[in-house]
Amino acid sequence: MQIKPILRALWHHKAGTVLIVLQIALTLAIVCNSLFIIHQRVVRLSRPSGVDEDHVLMIQNQWIGSPTPQQARALMSSDLETLRRTPGVADVFASNAYPLGSGGWSKGVRYTMDQKSATSPTAIYFADEHALSTLGLTLVAGRNFRSEEVGQMAARDSLMPKVIIITKALADKLFPGDSAVGKTICIGNAPPSTIIGVVDRLQTWIGSFSDAWVERSTLVPFRLLMSGTTYLVRARPGELTEVAQAAPKALFAANPLRVIGPKDVQTFSQIRAAAYRSDRGMAILMGVICLVLLATTAAGIVGLTSFWVSQRRKHIGVRRALGATRGDILGYFCTENLLISFGGVMVGAVLAVGLNLLLVDRFEMERLSLAYVVVGTVALLLLGQSAVFVPALRASRLSPAEVTRSV
Amino acid sequence: MLGYYFQLALHSFRRSPGLTALMVLIMGVGVAASMTTYAVFRAVSGDPLPDKSAQLFVPQIDNLGPQNGSTRNHLPDALTYRDAMALMRARVGKRQTAIYPVVDNVVPQDGAHRAFTANGYAAYADFFPMFEARFAYGGSWNDSDDQQRANVIIIGSQLNQKLFSGANSVGRMLDLNGHDYRIVGVIDDWNPQPRFYDVNNGSGFADTPDFYLPFTRAVDLHMDTNGNNSCSGSSKPMAPGWDGWLQSECVWVSLWVELPDAAAVQRYSEFLSGYAAQQQSSGRFHWVSHVGLFDLTDWLDHEGVVPPEAKVSLLVAAGFLLVCLVNTIGLLLAKIMRRAGEIGVRRALGASRGAIYRQFIAEAVMVGVAGGVLGLALTAAGVLSTDLLFEPEIARLAHTNVSLIGLTLLVSIFATVVAAIYPAWRAARVQPSWQLKSQ
Repeated sequence: MQIKPILRALWHHKAGTVLIVLQIALTLAIVCNSLFIIHQRVVRLSRPSGVDEDHVLMIQNQWIGSPTPQQARALMSSDLETLRRTPGVADVFASNAYPLGSGGWSKGVRYTMDQKSATSPTAIYFADEHALSTLGLTLVAGRNFRSEEVGQMAARDSLMPKVIIITKALADKLFPGDSAVGKTICIGNAPPSTIIGVVDRLQTWIGSFSDAWVERSTLVPFRLLMSGTTYLVRARPGELTEVAQAAPKALFAANPLRVIGPKDVQTFSQIRAAAYRSDRGMAILMGVICLVLLATTAAGIVGLTSFWVSQRRKHIGVRRALGATRGDILGYFCTENLLISFGGVMVGAVLAVGLNLLLVDRFEMERLSLAYVVVGTVALLLLGQSAVFVPALRASRLSPAEVTRSV
Repeated sequence: MLGYYFQLALHSFRRSPGLTALMVLIMGVGVAASMTTYAVFRAVSGDPLPDKSAQLFVPQIDNLGPQNGSTRNHLPDALTYRDAMALMRARVGKRQTAIYPVVDNVVPQDGAHRAFTANGYAAYADFFPMFEARFAYGGSWNDSDDQQRANVIIIGSQLNQKLFSGANSVGRMLDLNGHDYRIVGVIDDWNPQPRFYDVNNGSGFADTPDFYLPFTRAVDLHMDTNGNNSCSGSSKPMAPGWDGWLQSECVWVSLWVELPDAAAVQRYSEFLSGYAAQQQSSGRFHWVSHVGLFDLTDWLDHEGVVPPEAKVSLLVAAGFLLVCLVNTIGLLLAKIMRRAGEIGVRRALGASRGAIYRQFIAEAVMVGVAGGVLGLALTAAGVLSTDLLFEPEIARLAHTNVSLIGLTLLVSIFATVVAAIYPAWRAARVQPSWQLKSQ
């Protein structure tokens, strides 16, 4: 296939050529970055929380009348007892927060008390000996809390745990390549605490700032005595829905002086949906825009090529009359499109990287992997070829006798 | 003449309905994508108090020090209780209020309804005139209520509806978790968006507050903050209990001051620097303590109130509209150049270049109007489905109104006319003699 005559023909259609090149370039730039955003969001929202999500729900409870720490302790004990007796409940514990929740505690972790700045932040979950079995966490080293290790703490007391259980992610950060069990670390301003166990995975509560340390959590063996608490309840297989209805009813029946609002009972699938709502939405939006964009560009190519074919009817007829085969004509338009698309993706690759740099600069996004540019380039070249195929086929079927007749 | 151009345009649409429909569809989709994302962006980036925002300021004090990661541009976004109280006592601004979010249980006294949770704010009397709160009944409490730690309360219209069926409840009592408060005012439908005074707790778009009570009273009752409490500035274990917390370096109190003019801002800046320097020389800070004084709009910007999703999607949608525009130029060019013969005849019969130019711009306007109408329908659908994309509290802010409808049509027509400039120019340059000869 001779490229020179094609280039010369394109020179006669400068405006149209430039428009298609521009359109392909912009499409590539947007599609690459959109795919990249989609991938990032999907990775984010498919992170496992570490919790056995199919069987766990949370109940947020407030007692009326500002109970003192002693009263709160008695109320909490009796609530835990009530929940344990509720049919379908496998296990339960009380905490201050839960993974994927919207708020919670965090503390800086230091090796020693006189270390100036913290080595890592960590999310703090109040727990007891039932926490691991309720959430379905796996111990990868060490042991669980014992019931005699579980203490009480009032709202404004300093957190000073003797023993703690941490996640593998935190252990790897603090003691890379070494066993963390038996070592001591300082949580916040507290004196050293001994690590007695390491769990496989437990995500932090969701806050935009906690993204960098998403699995660095610590379990502390205390009951936090405030005017309210969060119960985490594990249901027996298949009984989650029943428990979600029965548990608050049982709590109200045992003691009506409390508030559990309509949004205060949530299963983990509801919690997950709420936590990642904007990530899922962003991925869907980007996906829709990509598809519509590709369709628009394909339509543009079909439209402009059809126009060119109709303009060059005589030209095609003459070529056919002079011995060009149908395949030659088909090849001509396909090659022409390939040349244009090639120009488009070259400009587009530069634009894609430029747009990504803007996003990195303004929105703290990550750098675009070049694999996206390669995939996008191949996709657009294929799109161009398939879009041009129908008008090119029509061109190749023009009968030379008919189109040259008017000359 | 205009009517004739539109007639010609209609004729041309009938001749190539597919191409015309494609142009209208592409323009409509492009405009709708941009307008939907713009509706969300506009809702979250608006100025909550347009006529007052330039006079409202947030002071910041660096009580963390550089070893705890604070820098000149990244100071704690709330104050300690003792700093907030010192700034309140100094009364250097025209008005000032310390604020913190609280949550409490409302216990209805009718014996029929269960207790429920309500969200509110602890603030000073200045809060209401400063932020231009509108009252349905009654009004604010006064300074002496603040000083006497009075058990007064202002409730929102929703809570008033729920408890008193919307009647004037001023003077009646409200039971919050076993404590009685006398209602002195009912806030009308007032809920500035974003809620600038609580964005540092991530509550910029939260539900309308149910109640407001005196800060001094809330502290007396040991009401905990429902917002952030950051203690990374306390290098030594704090004293136990509530009073230990009040005296600690934990930051949890927001402070807003009203400074009506540049002189007042200057005076407040100097006062703030002086206060920090004094804390340093007294030995509390072992570092040069930077201070900050943000006005309302800069504060919203600093706190990153507009979600990145809203900005990125607006950017991508604008890029999409650009592609649609380029596409439309291409299609219009194809469409117009196919009619070179017709243009030749019109030119030969006396139509001027300007007339040809106007004819095709008129045709583009019609495509733009059609695209705009389609875009309008798609935008309305898009705005209704924003809750698929954004947090519900943000999605509900996006709505269709007259200005959005006008803007959608305008953008569509403007974009199509811009797209038509080059093809129309090409059409006007068609050589009549050449066209007629080749026929």
